[in-house]
Amino acid sequence: MVSMEFIYLAIPMASLAGAIIAGFFGKQIGRSGAHCVTISGVAVSFILSLLVLNNVAFEGAPIYNQSVYTWMISDGIRFEVGFLIDGLTALMMAVVTGVSLMVHIYTIGYMHDDDGYQRFFSYISLFTFSMLMLVMSNNFLQLFFGWEAVGLVSYLLIGFWFKRETAIYANMKAFLVNRVGDFGFLLGIAVVLMYTGSLDYYEVFDRADALVAATTQVIPGIDWSVITLACILLFIGAMGKSAQVPLHVWLPDSMEGPTPISALIHAATMVTAGIFMVARMSPLFELSSTALSFVIVIGATTAFFMGLIGIVQNDIKRVVAYSTLSQLGYMTVALGASAYSAAIFHLMTHAFFKALLFLAAGSVIIAMHHEQDIRKMGGLKKYMPITYWVSLVGSLALIGFPGTSGYFSKDAILIATKNADVWGADYAYWAVLLGVFVTAFYSFRMFFLVFHGKERMDEHTRSHLHETPPVVTVPLILLAIPSAIIGWFTIETVLFSDFFDQAIVIFEEHGAMAAVAEAFHGPASFVLHGLAPGPTWLAAGGVIAAWIIYLKKPGWAAQIKSKLELPYRILDNKYYFDRFNEIVFAATARAVGQVLWRLGDALMIDGLMVNGSARLVGWISGKLRHVQTGYLNHYAFAMISGLILLLGWVVLG
Amino acid sequence: MYADWPLLSLVIWTPILGGILVLFAGDKEPAGARKIALVVSIVTFLLTLPLYTQFNTDTHLMQFVERQDWIAAFNIEYYLGVDGISMPLILLTSFTTVIVIISAWEVIQYRVSQYMAAFLIMEGFMIGTFSSLDAVLFYIFFEAMLIPMFLVIGVWGGANRIYATLKFFLYTFIGSVLMLVALIYMYTQSGSFAIFDFHHLKLSLTEQVLIFLAFLVAFAVKVPMWPVHTWLPDAHVEAPTGGSVILAAIMLKIGGYGFLRFSLPITPDASAELDWLIITMSLTAVVYIGFVALVQRDMKKLIAYSSIAHMGFVTLGFFIVFRIINSGHGDQGAGLALEGGMVQMVSHGFISGALFLCVGVMYDRMHSRQIADYGGVVNTMPVFAAFMVFFAMANAGLPGTSGFVGEFMVILASFKASFWIAFLAALTLILGAAYTLWMVKRVVFGDVANDNVAALTDINRREFLFLAILALAVLGLGLWPDPLVEVMHPTIDNLINHIANSKL
Repeated sequence: MVSMEFIYLAIPMASLAGAIIAGFFGKQIGRSGAHCVTISGVAVSFILSLLVLNNVAFEGAPIYNQSVYTWMISDGIRFEVGFLIDGLTALMMAVVTGVSLMVHIYTIGYMHDDDGYQRFFSYISLFTFSMLMLVMSNNFLQLFFGWEAVGLVSYLLIGFWFKRETAIYANMKAFLVNRVGDFGFLLGIAVVLMYTGSLDYYEVFDRADALVAATTQVIPGIDWSVITLACILLFIGAMGKSAQVPLHVWLPDSMEGPTPISALIHAATMVTAGIFMVARMSPLFELSSTALSFVIVIGATTAFFMGLIGIVQNDIKRVVAYSTLSQLGYMTVALGASAYSAAIFHLMTHAFFKALLFLAAGSVIIAMHHEQDIRKMGGLKKYMPITYWVSLVGSLALIGFPGTSGYFSKDAILIATKNADVWGADYAYWAVLLGVFVTAFYSFRMFFLVFHGKERMDEHTRSHLHETPPVVTVPLILLAIPSAIIGWFTIETVLFSDFFDQAIVIFEEHGAMAAVAEAFHGPASFVLHGLAPGPTWLAAGGVIAAWIIYLKKPGWAAQIKSKLELPYRILDNKYYFDRFNEIVFAATARAVGQVLWRLGDALMIDGLMVNGSARLVGWISGKLRHVQTGYLNHYAFAMISGLILLLGWVVLG
Repeated sequence: MYADWPLLSLVIWTPILGGILVLFAGDKEPAGARKIALVVSIVTFLLTLPLYTQFNTDTHLMQFVERQDWIAAFNIEYYLGVDGISMPLILLTSFTTVIVIISAWEVIQYRVSQYMAAFLIMEGFMIGTFSSLDAVLFYIFFEAMLIPMFLVIGVWGGANRIYATLKFFLYTFIGSVLMLVALIYMYTQSGSFAIFDFHHLKLSLTEQVLIFLAFLVAFAVKVPMWPVHTWLPDAHVEAPTGGSVILAAIMLKIGGYGFLRFSLPITPDASAELDWLIITMSLTAVVYIGFVALVQRDMKKLIAYSSIAHMGFVTLGFFIVFRIINSGHGDQGAGLALEGGMVQMVSHGFISGALFLCVGVMYDRMHSRQIADYGGVVNTMPVFAAFMVFFAMANAGLPGTSGFVGEFMVILASFKASFWIAFLAALTLILGAAYTLWMVKRVVFGDVANDNVAALTDINRREFLFLAILALAVLGLGLWPDPLVEVMHPTIDNLINHIANSKL
């Protein structure tokens, strides 16, 4: 019997090994070698993760919390690299490796003609390794390592097509915006270390009282609760990675990367790191209602307002990207409502149906010869039946059609938010409720425009339209199955069993999840409950509205657009976040740099102080030279004057 | 087996004598000069290894001590020894010199033997500086190493090299003259030039402040700290690649080392009194210089400014300790700050050295350092681009690379001193990434910008070798810093105890 230590270590290392081999020896092993070795690596990770999940969920394996090696000891503080395996970790590992495996297989088809084939496989395996290190960590140091490592891979993959100016702009933007989040995150870690003296999760949670008891003055004269400060700073990190307003700006641009990574990194896994992190930190967040309010308001704002932007997008991937933003907002709302397990549950179902939607979009893009504008599509149903049906499954799951996986997780969030009592929960409830309509509307707007109605593509594209090859469609089908049914089978385990008991702490006064549990009487009645007036009707309304506007009465869309010009323009410009950032932050930083360089360094320091003092010495010596005239009477005069002054000073002084 | 060897003397004098040998070998046979230089540098590096492997991590006392009278009339001694502060820097010196010799291999064609000799002799002087325990001996090495560097920039430098060398020389020279005055004053008080006698010398606050300021000028120029930093970008731009590497990787560290060896222990009360000044200068370096780096058009200048910003973490880490000790939350964090500053010095040696070598690789092919002349280098130099992006990420402090470790430690510790110090220091996460990645975007990525870029050839095996060695060092220190940090503990603990006790 292999020890569990070895298995835990093997899970991330299998992916890393694949990445290293494909990355450094890509030329030697060739294309098929690269995908064989990386897929084998990730497959090993996936199978072992399933084994671990089975052990934790069904065999009652005890929590594993051990260090692998000591990174550093300084000042008595142990910085470790180690694993914490409990229900939360096991679930995340299975989701990450499962989606990653599907994306690996799909990539064989999608990147078939790309020169950077080996490099791409190396990156996505490296990503899988980094994400596993993040979720398996038992301490803040390794969490931060994984956190930034996934950011690095995201940077490399968004800029994968490095000849495109838009791609290399987007990847730098993504990295920098994430760094703004990480800036807060690092300060949050510093607060935690300072007040608890440790970076180990369990030690920190045990000593969380020290954070509650203390106050600090960030602005002199105002006492801040340290726990609130710590949680908000940590959450700023989550806002960067999980693309919450106002740090969401990088995610839509990240669509410049190849579609498989939009599915893997910018939808299913990496962007959920922030959600995972807050759930992991629930013993801290529960201690601060202020921080939870902050979380729920940010989440609600993201959920509703980013969904609205999805309505006006015409790039197929950007529609899905804004939908991702909105769904991440739903998860964040759940976190703020103390419904951590509901957030993780939605994270899981979303990972499947959003990866499915992205890969389906990719399948459409392949068929359309890399055309991404949905206005130039239409009627693809008859050319691409498999893609059509899986997209339908994904869209229904996204809008929460009763019985699909998304229905269970989203309804749990809605009920939880309704019953949450932190400040801001009412606002959040209305935002996520109306968001249901918005989600249904933009999802089916896209669905109808792509698959139904008039065929608007040019003749050349139409003549080449056909279903994509099995290496693309098989992963789609494999993702469609869980998207459809996984909610039904897992809701009881994930939300209402003791699965997360040891990972997630909920205080009694935060009763949102308890209310969900009360409303739940098995999956079947939960589905029936959805048929009553409520969110499901809103979703249906959204679908019908999209059907009328974009299929039945195609003229209406343009009319509505011209009637609602101002709102349209605001949405089309994404609330002007990008322009604001470009003017206020980017341009100002460059201007400040110029001023400090030209005025500070060149003029003040070099000009006045350095060269100035050199010139001053030159000037003084120039003057002094005139004193030394060589005439005896001048010297005599100077001597006598000096003597008189000296005598005067002695006598009078 | 090494116990009886005068190891420190060997590692000081081997490169110096080797350098003289290379000098006499002359330019008739440049290939021979290169080979001798390489052998000498490797032998020296191997000789420094026992300093680590035989190092006793249980004591703060000096190790490998050699002590002999030298000029008895003034009580000046030939007194050498290393502790957890100086030993890592000596290894860094001998390591970097090997890299520099390899990097100059076929690039330098003009006066090869003199070039190689200058670096070997400089190596000996720098190791001498780190291992001197007698103030006069220290001062001699401290000054002497300027001469070969002055020549390296002046002889093999760029068009504007005379201005740069003059500025470099005057700055560093004026600084060190004040230090000499302080050293002589302390000799008159203690009757000895042994640095440890200075450590225990009772000094009034006024005396301490004056001595502190004299040291500050000397070391702040070396680090360099804002606002006495402007010589560095000029020197880097004019220096040949090897000169830049040694300047960034080792010479700047002598400033940081000086603060730990002299300022903190000799004038603890003045240091505590004036820590606001150093903290302000350090944070200015991080933030102000970060912005200045953003708008540079010359890659070497950009990296030079980035060096100043990163060295800000060194001085910040060294001088927040007083606030941590007095924070009322126990002194946990003080060691983290000091060790963080030390790690940052070593890490910066690897990373800035590597980045200057990267620029050198491009300069050798294109004869330009201007960012605007590049674009899309990855298309023609993919292997090189991978190295460049890796080192850029290390420069931006990515976890898993050495660039992360020191900054992480200092930021964590500085939170204990003050929220706002940590806040400003942590801005480096954004600024450091911004100026580094923007440069990478414009130089490495994009479509092939012009015919010159299209004609580039990827790195050869020699270039691959030195970049790969540095990449391994950056990665190794990032993934497992403990072997480095471990050797510092007793020395740092002792230093904290020492400075926590007032001399007044």
